[in-house]
Amino acid sequence: MVQKLDYLKETPSQTAGPYVHIGLAPGAAGFDIYKQELGWDIAGPNAAGERIRVQGLVIDGMGAPVKDVLLEAWQANASGVYAHEESTGEVEDGFRGWGRVITDFDTGEWGFDTVKPGPVPGRYGSTQAPHINLWIVARGINVGLNTRLYFEDEDNSADPVLNGIEWVNRRSTLIAKRTEREGKVVYRFDIRLQGEGETVFFDI
Amino acid sequence: MPLKGEFYQRDREWHPKAYTHDYKTSVARSPRQSLISLENTVSEITGPRFGHGDIDPGDNDLIYNYAQSGESAIGERIILHGRVLDENARPVPNTLVEIWQANAGGRYRHKKDTYLAPIDPNFGGCGRTITDENGYYFFRTVKPGAYPWRNWVNSWRPAHIHVSIFGTAFAQRLITQCYFEGDPLIPHCPILKTVPMQEGIEQLTAALDLNATIPLDTIAYKFDIVLRGRRSTLFENRLEGN
Repeated sequence: MVQKLDYLKETPSQTAGPYVHIGLAPGAAGFDIYKQELGWDIAGPNAAGERIRVQGLVIDGMGAPVKDVLLEAWQANASGVYAHEESTGEVEDGFRGWGRVITDFDTGEWGFDTVKPGPVPGRYGSTQAPHINLWIVARGINVGLNTRLYFEDEDNSADPVLNGIEWVNRRSTLIAKRTEREGKVVYRFDIRLQGEGETVFFDI
Repeated sequence: MPLKGEFYQRDREWHPKAYTHDYKTSVARSPRQSLISLENTVSEITGPRFGHGDIDPGDNDLIYNYAQSGESAIGERIILHGRVLDENARPVPNTLVEIWQANAGGRYRHKKDTYLAPIDPNFGGCGRTITDENGYYFFRTVKPGAYPWRNWVNSWRPAHIHVSIFGTAFAQRLITQCYFEGDPLIPHCPILKTVPMQEGIEQLTAALDLNATIPLDTIAYKFDIVLRGRRSTLFENRLEGN
């Protein structure tokens, strides 16, 4: 026998189940319990940069919208700084960079308002194109799925993560489409869990 | 002093697989392609931080946080407590822990739950807290009941509390479920059996903790949570740009 390494094992994941909303977004689910619900305001009123809306559907392997999903977003501010002590720089007062949304129970549509993030440092001196990190949980998803949203009107050609995806045709599943609606900038980002056009998911 | 580096790779053979046929909903909601492995960047090693200004002191007491004045939730009064640690067994302080659950009869306060067991007017079923400097957390609640669900015709979930934990990085984000020692439904549950190893199932099962009970008042269960650990980079290989 050799010595024991004595690392603990990570607690195994389990699905968030069908009622994730009452725990993590009770107000959005129409259940008034907390004075302050977390995750509604990603950027805050003081954040610099372009105000945008991001919206889309999560679609299952049968082509049906998933109506009980919960998404979380994690992003840098317009200067490419995360609201965290290990990110170099300062964020605006009130900028949290984190948000949490649920889908409309009838349509499956989700969306959030934020500012467009700036480029952030990559590894080995590289630069990552602007992106929003997304995490998706729902009934039927055993371990939360990580993906990234990039913007079609940014230069994504040198992004080390996109370029690390061997199948060039899959990279486009991570690019949100820009539209304007009533003077507001809206990025459309549909997430396909399975099958044709399946979104790239990451093991981070 | 060593620098902080990447997080240890998540052991995907320890966690459930995405496609687990006996948990039927996973069939159409699991990617068919492999996950793309990413080396950590600043996007993954950072994550949201929360403070006591974000929550209220009573948010961790589910017996009273939705009860009318002078009332309390019906059911077996329990304390659920434990520590949040990383794989290096170091405490994870000041991190947000959120829970949600059914009431003592197995009914959720959610418009999609149509189970015939009644709603408890004094029980909401969600709570949250922030770990202290030792990674310790505690909730008071009622023990949830088992409930039926449409998987097989006669499928029943064991009593469980859903648990959500942040850690310090988006790479540590985790949602799981806490089960209770001795529940005979545990070996029958298709969701729990998505966990491949018996030791993993045991890790999700809270132990009766008589040391932490309040005599003549509240019984206790202990549930420790382990998040991903992190390398100390003794030499080079520092994350660029951080």
